[in-house]
Amino acid sequence: MSAIGRPLLEVKDLRMHFPITEGMVTRRLVGEVKAVDGIDFAVRRGETLGLVGESGCGKTTTGRCILRLNNPTSGQILYEGVDIAQMERKELQALRRRVQVIFQDPYSSLNPRMKVGDIIAEPIKVHGIETDGTKRAARVRELLSVCGLSPRFSDRYPHEMSGGQRQRVGIARALALNPEFIVCDEAVSALDVSIQAQVVNLLEDLREQFGLTYLFIAHDLSVVRHLCQRVAVMYLGRIVELADSDELFGNPLHPYTQALLAAVPVPDPSVEAHRTFRPVQGEVPSPINPPPGCVFHPRCPIAVAGCKQTRPALREVRPGHFVACSEIH
Amino acid sequence: MPPLLEVKDLHTEFRTGAGLVRAVDGISYTVEAGETVAIVGESGSGKSVSALSVLRLIPDPPGRITQGEIRFAGRDIMQLSDVEMREIRGGDIGMVFQEPMTSLNPVLTIGRQITETLEQHRGMDRYAAHRRAAELLGLVGIADTERRLRQYPHQLSGGMRQRIMIAIALACDPKLIIADEPTTALDVTIQAQILELMKDLTRRLHVALIIITHNLGVVARYANRVNVMYAGRLVETGLAPDVYHNPRHPYTQALLRSVPRLDRPRRERLDPVEGQPPDLTRLGVGCAFSPRCPFSVDACEQARPALEPTGVPGHLAACFRSREVYSEAAA
Repeated sequence: MSAIGRPLLEVKDLRMHFPITEGMVTRRLVGEVKAVDGIDFAVRRGETLGLVGESGCGKTTTGRCILRLNNPTSGQILYEGVDIAQMERKELQALRRRVQVIFQDPYSSLNPRMKVGDIIAEPIKVHGIETDGTKRAARVRELLSVCGLSPRFSDRYPHEMSGGQRQRVGIARALALNPEFIVCDEAVSALDVSIQAQVVNLLEDLREQFGLTYLFIAHDLSVVRHLCQRVAVMYLGRIVELADSDELFGNPLHPYTQALLAAVPVPDPSVEAHRTFRPVQGEVPSPINPPPGCVFHPRCPIAVAGCKQTRPALREVRPGHFVACSEIH
Repeated sequence: MPPLLEVKDLHTEFRTGAGLVRAVDGISYTVEAGETVAIVGESGSGKSVSALSVLRLIPDPPGRITQGEIRFAGRDIMQLSDVEMREIRGGDIGMVFQEPMTSLNPVLTIGRQITETLEQHRGMDRYAAHRRAAELLGLVGIADTERRLRQYPHQLSGGMRQRIMIAIALACDPKLIIADEPTTALDVTIQAQILELMKDLTRRLHVALIIITHNLGVVARYANRVNVMYAGRLVETGLAPDVYHNPRHPYTQALLRSVPRLDRPRRERLDPVEGQPPDLTRLGVGCAFSPRCPFSVDACEQARPALEPTGVPGHLAACFRSREVYSEAAA
């Protein structure tokens, strides 16, 4: 493991439970969606940590808690030792200069009535970083070219651009405040295959150029393997496995990770012809009523009686390789 | 024996505010009985329109099939009346769409949506239709059929809804199913279940399948043949192993190289297809891919290459330099 010191971000026993209410006036509490249910992980400075899993596993909610777009139910989110979960408005505003986000959908995350130049300049203006309009425009041009766009895009509207170009605008906006940490929430998922690789390369270049740290939330495992040094796999609000990328993809230990990897078809007919493949049975249970014990046990091929009773903790079974499964030693 | 489906020189246009879009600009392809043909391409390449035109499901206006011939099981689709067309849709040709929530009727029970098809197309009475509906749910792997038949779409998960769509598509023993991005909205483990189910059923019941997708892995796992589309045209077609191992069109080659693969060592950098997708309202006279193409020469900007045989049976490519593309890949 590398000699990188204290982690930039540490998440400790994070929980985000959304209430379910009934009745329009009294709003009786009838249940809870346990979107994130006790997770721990750390992101080291300069690395890209992947957070993968299927819809409803809590990966996006985790990202939103870190950005404080949701107020977590309990737990700590330590950013350089300071708890984001407890921050007041003033501190949060200062935090937003350092922690930014790139969203999935470049169509709905850009204001259609604003010109691209104004979209990118807005955070600079709001945070009072550059009050001089000419200098701000120069900074916008610089950001555009850093993201591989010609400065003349400044005067265009988002609808005049392709999906890949819009996503570059979203990236330029995230970079506008010189952040150190960026949450990429499915940042390349909505793009066409031929454009996806361009944006993946851009994200890598920017990480090197500006010394960025990413939390890369995605469901496409091949892109995650390419971009991330370490990967955490989530299932129904919990982390089931966390390891270095090479280790996780080369030697997946949790039955869910194995099922997930087996389900990804490889773009090669000869390889596929020789792969014996049986998809994992069943569907993801509801996070309102998660199964007792290990949440994966109803679908798990190696489950034993004990899995229905005790929730397995995330244990380090090899150096740096954590698994939450009682049957893996 | 003629193929089950034969599309010849199909042109489908859309009139938009920005100008005339030739979404499908002269494509020809065939589908044999029982085989699985994949149509791949990016958004706007015309892959959906090329298949929906077969069902004459192009909204008019703004769209219109302006030219071409479509023969299905010996009948000329373009000459059929609206009534005859309605019999074919959901009858001999089943459909599965991307978004199962929007393609199912939210106010009808699952059972009613299946029996409606059977009563309409096969003239069954309510009891026979109900029995067949229960049988179909079993076929697509849904347990507890009587309860499910009484439920509404919103009470089911996405994967379950897509199973229902497949049951409806199969209801009238079709010869062909057109599936437009059937698993794009689903999670990867559910996607695998649905695709395996479709593969198993189409083989067992000898149903031909046109699967429209942008996922190159799905094509590799399930398709016999591949049609690659770019800017409304077919740029390459052939057996899946031929197209994947020896692509003859620079677009196919670049696309295959751009995706990271889990079965290969991690690369330092990805090789993207450079440039942006074309603006369909402003296509020039030349090859639409030439602005992004590393093989492009002057000739590519002056005329559009036709789809021509490559020497390998059934493998065709529309590129003036397909020989160079091939030898560069071999080198």
